[in-house]
Amino acid sequence: MEYIDNIIFFIAMVVGFGIFFKSLKEIYRNIQLGKNIDRSDQKAKRWETMSRVALGQSKMVKRPVAGFLHILVYVGFVIINIELVEIIIDGIFGTHRFLAVILGDSFYNVFTAILEVLALLVIIAVVLFFIRRNFYGIKRFTMKELFGWPKHDANWILIIEFALMIAFFTMNSSDWVLQQRQILETHGSFPISSNLLGPVFQNFSDNALIFTERGAWWFHFIGILFFMNYLYYSKHLHILLAFPNTWYANLKPKGQFNNLDSVTAEIKLMMDPNADPYAAQPEADPNAVPEKFGASDIFDLNKVQLMNAYSCTECGRCTAVCPANITGKKLSPRKIMMDTRDRIEEVGKNINKNGKFVDDGKMLLDDHIQREELWACTTCNACVEACPILIDPLSIIVEMRRFLVMEQSAAPQELNQMMSNIENNAAPWQYNQADRLKWANEN
Amino acid sequence: MEFTIKTMAEYAAEGKVPEVLFFVGCMGSFDDRAKKVTKALCKILHKVGVEFAVLGQEESCNGDPAKRAGNEFIFQMMAHTNIEIMNGYGVKKIVTACPHCFNIIKNEYPGLGGNYEVMHHTQFLRKLMEEGRLKIEGGTFKGKKITFHDPCYLGRGNGEYEAPRQLLQKLDSELVEMKRCKSSGLCCGAGGAQMFKEPEKGDKDINIERTEEALAEKPNIIATGCPFCSTMITDGVKHFNKNDEVAVKDIAELLAEADDL
Ligand code: SF4
Ligand code: SF4
Repeated sequence: MEYIDNIIFFIAMVVGFGIFFKSLKEIYRNIQLGKNIDRSDQKAKRWETMSRVALGQSKMVKRPVAGFLHILVYVGFVIINIELVEIIIDGIFGTHRFLAVILGDSFYNVFTAILEVLALLVIIAVVLFFIRRNFYGIKRFTMKELFGWPKHDANWILIIEFALMIAFFTMNSSDWVLQQRQILETHGSFPISSNLLGPVFQNFSDNALIFTERGAWWFHFIGILFFMNYLYYSKHLHILLAFPNTWYANLKPKGQFNNLDSVTAEIKLMMDPNADPYAAQPEADPNAVPEKFGASDIFDLNKVQLMNAYSCTECGRCTAVCPANITGKKLSPRKIMMDTRDRIEEVGKNINKNGKFVDDGKMLLDDHIQREELWACTTCNACVEACPILIDPLSIIVEMRRFLVMEQSAAPQELNQMMSNIENNAAPWQYNQADRLKWANEN
Repeated sequence: MEFTIKTMAEYAAEGKVPEVLFFVGCMGSFDDRAKKVTKALCKILHKVGVEFAVLGQEESCNGDPAKRAGNEFIFQMMAHTNIEIMNGYGVKKIVTACPHCFNIIKNEYPGLGGNYEVMHHTQFLRKLMEEGRLKIEGGTFKGKKITFHDPCYLGRGNGEYEAPRQLLQKLDSELVEMKRCKSSGLCCGAGGAQMFKEPEKGDKDINIERTEEALAEKPNIIATGCPFCSTMITDGVKHFNKNDEVAVKDIAELLAEADDL
């Protein structure tokens, strides 16, 4: 029975990572539902963008307070996860503070001390975040689209992180007292634990201490496994997806929209004076799916747009700068991203259940995103500029407008008027093209 | 206009190609307010001695409002028409007084076969200034407070925040920035084809929100670089009954006034 701990540990780890990889696979499968888009050019620039924006968090600091706190949590999180390596090795082999052997005691002392300081900073940041999010009345955190799960989700993350850090300190403190009593080998330096919690644990019996240390160690480990698997249900997925998401970001000027190739082909044919309008049409491929213009559902969006939706942190920085939203219109770019993700997940569940997607009579358009939202957009790019992980809500809005206009002819009446003016007079108003130079002779 | 505006066709008839094509755009051609900007820019170019031409009756809408509304067909129809004509004249350089013309010709026409060096008028005028061809004496504006409203399609859309400011600084005036400026600038509310329809239901109109912000700086002049922005903010200033105190002017107009053109 000696190895029972190690065996349980091993099983928990395999199960934990197993479920995690299954979730990742599902996300990957769902993103593949989108259309291909070639974003493999300018690799050097892409690596640079990713390092700067995702790793270096360059966009976060535009809001200095939130940015600074976020960097604390982020750096703390990354470094504290190095601990996970030690936990896994200790857990499997029943060793105690295995990294000390590799790093050497003096280096290990520095390492553990840094971890302690970071963990404390993380606790402080998490508490401030919690207060700020729940009691400060910041508009982007109190909007309707966050009611229910999104709000709980945000708080759960903070609570889990808080609990993990407390477990970390409990573990270190009791470990430290055990080391003082020479029950455990002396490894590491614990400036925070020894001063804050250490004195409390001094009064514990040896057994109680061992129990506490093990308890906290297990809690920490199971907690991390849990957190990892929680990501799948959470906006916190961005800690992974921010990286590919920034790598695949649009590098072209923000004002540039893509040109639809299928339209180009038709226009060329239409405008070619040599084309014989009575010529027989080239043999149509009977299996070809007719080209659909724009997007009414997630299948019409591209893979990067779908990844965008999974990456969204729901921070609302986009919505906070959206002129339409600021002036009380229904449009919220954050909601566009959240709706898109909701719809992908709905489709994903459908596929899980049926083996393939079976029409559920729903769409992204109307069932999730309302036309009124789409028509309120000024295409100003403020949302794109604001997003800390380079998500592009505008591109989805434009694709959906294309569907409304080119597939459904469902533009607002005034826009139809404008478009027919352009078509007939080459100007959005009812002016005669022959009058285009009149200004030159007016005073 | 006390000089004649020549068209590309006229230049071609003389067997010549001008230095630059001025793509006037629909607002610049037809809108009374924007026509003043068109003329101001022409006067500056004429004075500086830049050989320029317009397309005149051969020009078509650049396609921006249709494209932003979602109508790729009409956009491409316009784009192809314009490209065919401009390529026919061997156009190399284009200047526009509208960020929407500028953006779409610079970024979206190349994919359809239209490759030109495109400049927004503030960029072109800055270049003339740097080359020493355009001299700016800002005496008229001494002591005036000017605030500049960044057009989305010049600023965020194409990353140009400096050209307009460098020109304004030459005017000897005091340049004040609004709270939301440069990359965080607030839209005037006209882009994305909003100009042509009623806004969706909300608490207020976007141009009112933006004008309020501009007026908070207590400027004498709100400077713009886009005919759509000019219209929206002029309406905003009227809404607040400030049109006697605060002028809304395009940078080209300011430069022309400074030079007493
Ligand atoms: S591009 Fe559209 S959605 Fe984005 S901030 Fe501007 S108006 Fe809002
Ligand atoms: S799209 Fe970007 S800015 Fe908007 S909520 Fe998501 S992560 Fe935040």
